[in-house]
Amino acid sequence: MRARRSAIALSAIAAGSLIGIVGCSPASGGGSGDEQTLTVSYIRTDAFTALDTLMQTTKEQFEADNDGVTVELQPASANDEDYKTRLALSHRSADTAPDIFYQDTTTVRADAEAGYLLALDDYLAEWEDWDQFSDAAKQAGVGNDGQTYAVSLGTDTRGLWYSIPVLEAAGIETPWQPETWDDVLAMAEAVQSSDPDAVPFMLYAGTGTGEGSNMQGFYQLLYGTELGGDALYDSESGKWVVGSQGFIDSLEFVQTVYDEGYALPVDRALDPNVWQSVFGELFPGDALGATIEGSYTPSFWVPGGSFEWDSYADNMGVAAFPTQNGDGPGVSMSGGWTLAVGAQTDAPDLAFEFLTMALSFDNSLSYVNENSQIAVRADVAADPSYTEANPFVGAVTEFVEFTYFRPATSDYNQISAAVQRATEAVITGQASPAEAAAEYDREVESIVGADQVIAP
Amino acid sequence: MTRSTTAGSPPPSRRRTGSTTVVRALVRGGPLLPAAILLAVFLIVPILWAFVGSFTNATLTGVTATSPEWVGGANYERLFADPDFSLSLWLTVVFTVASAVIGQNVLGFAIAFAMTRAHRRMAAIGGGVIVLAWVLPEIVAAFVAYAFFSRDGTLNQLLGVVGLAGDNWLFIAPMATIILANVWRGTAFSMLIYRAALAEVPPELIEAAEIDGANAWQRLMRVTLPVLRGTIATTLMLITLQTLSVFTLIYVMTAGGPGNASSTLPVFAYQEAFRFGSVAYGTAIATVMLIIGAVFSLGYIAVLRRAEADR
Repeated sequence: MRARRSAIALSAIAAGSLIGIVGCSPASGGGSGDEQTLTVSYIRTDAFTALDTLMQTTKEQFEADNDGVTVELQPASANDEDYKTRLALSHRSADTAPDIFYQDTTTVRADAEAGYLLALDDYLAEWEDWDQFSDAAKQAGVGNDGQTYAVSLGTDTRGLWYSIPVLEAAGIETPWQPETWDDVLAMAEAVQSSDPDAVPFMLYAGTGTGEGSNMQGFYQLLYGTELGGDALYDSESGKWVVGSQGFIDSLEFVQTVYDEGYALPVDRALDPNVWQSVFGELFPGDALGATIEGSYTPSFWVPGGSFEWDSYADNMGVAAFPTQNGDGPGVSMSGGWTLAVGAQTDAPDLAFEFLTMALSFDNSLSYVNENSQIAVRADVAADPSYTEANPFVGAVTEFVEFTYFRPATSDYNQISAAVQRATEAVITGQASPAEAAAEYDREVESIVGADQVIAP
Repeated sequence: MTRSTTAGSPPPSRRRTGSTTVVRALVRGGPLLPAAILLAVFLIVPILWAFVGSFTNATLTGVTATSPEWVGGANYERLFADPDFSLSLWLTVVFTVASAVIGQNVLGFAIAFAMTRAHRRMAAIGGGVIVLAWVLPEIVAAFVAYAFFSRDGTLNQLLGVVGLAGDNWLFIAPMATIILANVWRGTAFSMLIYRAALAEVPPELIEAAEIDGANAWQRLMRVTLPVLRGTIATTLMLITLQTLSVFTLIYVMTAGGPGNASSTLPVFAYQEAFRFGSVAYGTAIATVMLIIGAVFSLGYIAVLRRAEADR
């Protein structure tokens, strides 16, 4: 078994080197002898330092409380996808697997199945703070076998962020709350005729912005069609939905937005860094009407954020993204990240203790505030410093009531890529919405097999 | 009859005992041993493992990450039915032929040939500029090329100076940009080899041809090029193999996009293995690349042998 595992690992490395990638040097794993070392793996980039702050703080507290234990922080300067790949590769050997790590909720199930994550039920049962976590947050860390493998750090929701000056110049009253997709298009048309230089409504699409195209774009549409929460994946049968009218309708909406010139030109929309223009140039420059973005949006503009903007609170508004025909209060998508413990750790007790320290009331509160996350602990959510962190906290927290989580199966990444390709084919004009939807159906069937798809 | 007498007296080596033969083989082969072991451990074994891995359903995560199953040729069946693969194969051929076989090779030779006739100082300056691209680490060269072709890049600024409107070249002509970038980056290598080889062409051969009344074109085609046949084959082999495996340049400039309009085999394999987690499928693509590289090498080696035999 062990030999086979390393054989596969080596073959992955060989494949990597064959195609000309220099692998990252493996970092040392758990400690030996009297000195215990805990390794912690997470993301730290210029635009995302909140987690690094949390880990530095926790490391100090933990080392002060535990003599002889060294916490080795291993921040990765990578985007989410590269980090996840690197983390999965590091789990292939006990020498490189970290003890504690930042784990995306969408990969909890697959990584638990792969045996990378330690089941935490016995530990959680004895942790008094566990009751503070909301049910949705608890659910995010559950594996296919029903055991809990990860503890939520915070979640997010998505809504329609709009520029008050741009909308008012187009004669639209604010606060604005569209009821249907047509209301959104009507706003875009009004902005286009009032200011031809402005971008009326940016809708992320295509493979350039990766998962963001789906979370802050296509899913917001798809989950607001007839099938609602089961539009992508039928939760009852556990099968992927193909051939739905909602999928074609959503693609048609995307096509309209791009064909009418409401969004940025296609080549800019496909630039992976287009979101930086949205936050850094377009909204602050009153050059964008609206876009779908996450609850974390204000974190870019607050003092110390990547694109500081003093007057964002007066210039911006947020509304729930409407469903296709106005059924229900709106649509939001949620993701979020967790902390998990490696299954191959030498010191599971210490690792879990570190995890609880990082997620304590004080640490959670400062992390959630610094990172503009939606709190998952009831005591944090009730704290005045959280509710008053920025003027939008109340509104985006309300979206939790109608938010959806993605189907976190092991095939999800490939399906997500197929959705991105479908939107890209439509905005580049390579395929009509119906053709792109048919191609998507074909791809899904080849990814999961014909017995794992369902037609409405 | 001298031959039969020589054959009649047995050669001294025949009398040697078996043990001396072994000792001799060890003395001769011994120094090669460390290199052979290193090659076996770090090259042959991983290749074999990768080959074996391509017959499993290993993934990056999920159940099959830690306990992959043998699936026979399923990955290869999927590969040959995959329209993305045929596109990727075609793009790889276009990229290799255009940027290596034509671009780097012909341009490298032309520059080297021109330098033999240019003023020495001109040749030194020209050579220096060209070698600069070769000296840059691949990731730096890739960023430079990206900065040149991108929407607000150098090329569009230059076009703006002469009053022409630029475009997003990486988006509207992804293959052309990565081909040009690879020509820019790699031409120095073949130029250096051809320069050294041109210096070795015996001047009396050229002079003799000149006396026989051959013009400059005829001297190049009938004398210089045939003399350099071995060098040309070696250079082609090296730059072809190098270009087949170019990854960083493409990944930084276009990441295989837009869509998959510039996803050559290395980028395709990377995306399948690491972005979508199908490690085994990615390994199958890598194996196909290995075979393509091997076929090219065999072809060039055959040409090389013939060139050597003609000498």
